[in-house]
Amino acid sequence: MERVLELVVQGSLVGALYALVALGFVLVYKASRVINFAQGELVMMGGYLGVVLTATYGLPWPAAFALTLAISALVGIIVERTVLRPLIGRPLVSIVMATIALATFIRGALPTIWGPSTMAFPPLFPREPVMILGAPVSQVYLAAFVFTILFIVVCGAFFKTRLGIAMQAVADNQRAAASVGISVRRVFALSWAIAGMVAAVGGIVWGILLGVDNFLALLGLRVFAVVILGGLDSVVGAIVGGVLVGILENLAGAYVDPLVGGGFRDTAPFIVLVLALMLRPYGLFGREEIERV
Amino acid sequence: MLSRKTAVYKTSYAADLAVQRVFLARLAFWSAIAALVLLPLVAGRYWLNVANLILIAVVATIGLNILVGYAGSISVGHAAFALVGGFTVAITSSRWDVPMLLGLPLAGVVAALVGAFFGIPSLRVKGLYLAIATLAAQFILEWFVQHADWLTGLAGGQQTIYMPDPALTLPGLPAIPITTEANRYYLFLLLALAGVYYGENLFRTRIGRALIAIRDHDVAAQAMGIEIFRYKLLAFIISSFYAGIAGAMLAYHLGAVTHEPYTIILSIQWLAMIIVGGLGSIPGAIFGSVFLTLLPIGLRELVDFLRPYLPFLADRYANIRDMLFGIVVLGFLILEPEGLYKLWRNIRSYFELWPFSY
Repeated sequence: MERVLELVVQGSLVGALYALVALGFVLVYKASRVINFAQGELVMMGGYLGVVLTATYGLPWPAAFALTLAISALVGIIVERTVLRPLIGRPLVSIVMATIALATFIRGALPTIWGPSTMAFPPLFPREPVMILGAPVSQVYLAAFVFTILFIVVCGAFFKTRLGIAMQAVADNQRAAASVGISVRRVFALSWAIAGMVAAVGGIVWGILLGVDNFLALLGLRVFAVVILGGLDSVVGAIVGGVLVGILENLAGAYVDPLVGGGFRDTAPFIVLVLALMLRPYGLFGREEIERV
Repeated sequence: MLSRKTAVYKTSYAADLAVQRVFLARLAFWSAIAALVLLPLVAGRYWLNVANLILIAVVATIGLNILVGYAGSISVGHAAFALVGGFTVAITSSRWDVPMLLGLPLAGVVAALVGAFFGIPSLRVKGLYLAIATLAAQFILEWFVQHADWLTGLAGGQQTIYMPDPALTLPGLPAIPITTEANRYYLFLLLALAGVYYGENLFRTRIGRALIAIRDHDVAAQAMGIEIFRYKLLAFIISSFYAGIAGAMLAYHLGAVTHEPYTIILSIQWLAMIIVGGLGSIPGAIFGSVFLTLLPIGLRELVDFLRPYLPFLADRYANIRDMLFGIVVLGFLILEPEGLYKLWRNIRSYFELWPFSY
């Protein structure tokens, strides 16, 4: 029984980190109806920037953090302007392929500049684990979790502000939003900038935990299950979905893997994804808008 | 001057229904066929291997184009169906000694069935959700073949199924081994030509037109009486069949089958091929396959050529290849969305009127 509790606690922590990456998806989708297949790569880029600024150039943490966020926001805006803007109104497959191509490009560009080996952040946290509900948890995870929750709260609050409401308006109906005076272009750019920043935070957090290399990009794929489960356009859904998927992965890994010979831990989110699509496609918290054939 | 469209001069139904209506087009067509058939006489083993890879991609992309370009659906995990085809051919030939003449179509059929299985729930949702569902199918199937030892006959961590040397056994004739590149090339060429023939003709029939109607405006199509779900499922099945055959071809090409060649990377490559080549056209699929198969090879040559001057390029070749891939696809999407086929048509229509400009 305490094993289950331990798995649940650890799963929730990891889930909060998934939620962080999922948040980027949700933001972009909420604003522009574009599913960003390159989110994982943006996370990777955030991680690389953070690592390079702190480890290679030795900047102090706050400065490196701020600079990473700024650069990521800038990259987000550039991506929106050069890649997404020309493709407005095109069929879905073009947009999907564009973000996939962007993802491939970034995945190739980052190791080209900074090398293929895993880069590590300089150590910031003490090593002894902390006991939460009887489960040992490393302090890094805990700090990351706290940070993630903070960030999510900030994002949630953001959507209550005027700017946040403007973004939701654009997501609902671009023409109507434009006709009440909201600058749709600026909202798009802003949403991608925020997605870039969120991804950067996620990249730094995951990079501290796992080291920065190609693997961070694969997180993006896993986060699909989170996003579908929670609802593509729901911030709350991203959080809940993240925690659920994190717990599910841990439980699947502990209980199902021995039965089927391993690897199920990574596949379980995808099976849940297919089930969710069949039973409740708009997710737990998404709005019931998708068309059924 | 080599004109084709000045007026309608046909005097028989056969002439009107012909695929090639102008003598010069027929000449070009048959010389292209002749060139393809005679290729192994002039090309070495390396280039025959490249040609084989191109032919595999052609079969897969024609199938994918039927689904994505003509029916307007999307599939981000198509390599999974090729995986099924490849494993079918490997398992049937290594465990149960099924001859190639039976195993190859079986690969297509099994892949089509698996495609139907994943298609039925996915097709009840549209667009984006279908993309994500097919992505999930990719990973689930990959995991499945790695862990279904009862099916694959592998045991204890073994990952590769080694196939016995494939041989074409026609009744009454001695078995033709398909072990050299040239033999494989002819087999693949046959399959690719059959695929092109079927694909092109599909869109002259009712089914094809229904698919195009669904792509263009599904609500209107439904109003006209076309059952969307049925036809989309049909498109899924047909394209999965193609993918299964392509997967089997890849299995024959490699001689041994693991799950490794059939990753999401392959799915993305095929999608890129049809987009770069031209969505919604069979020649587009062919152009895209040729272009994107030769691109990494060309890059390799360039990097090797520059090695004395810029050695670090050679170390980062794989990453540079990814960058180039991304740039090429994005470039085509932004600058020439209708792909290489459109460029080809532009050139052709320019010469149709040459030396006049309009």
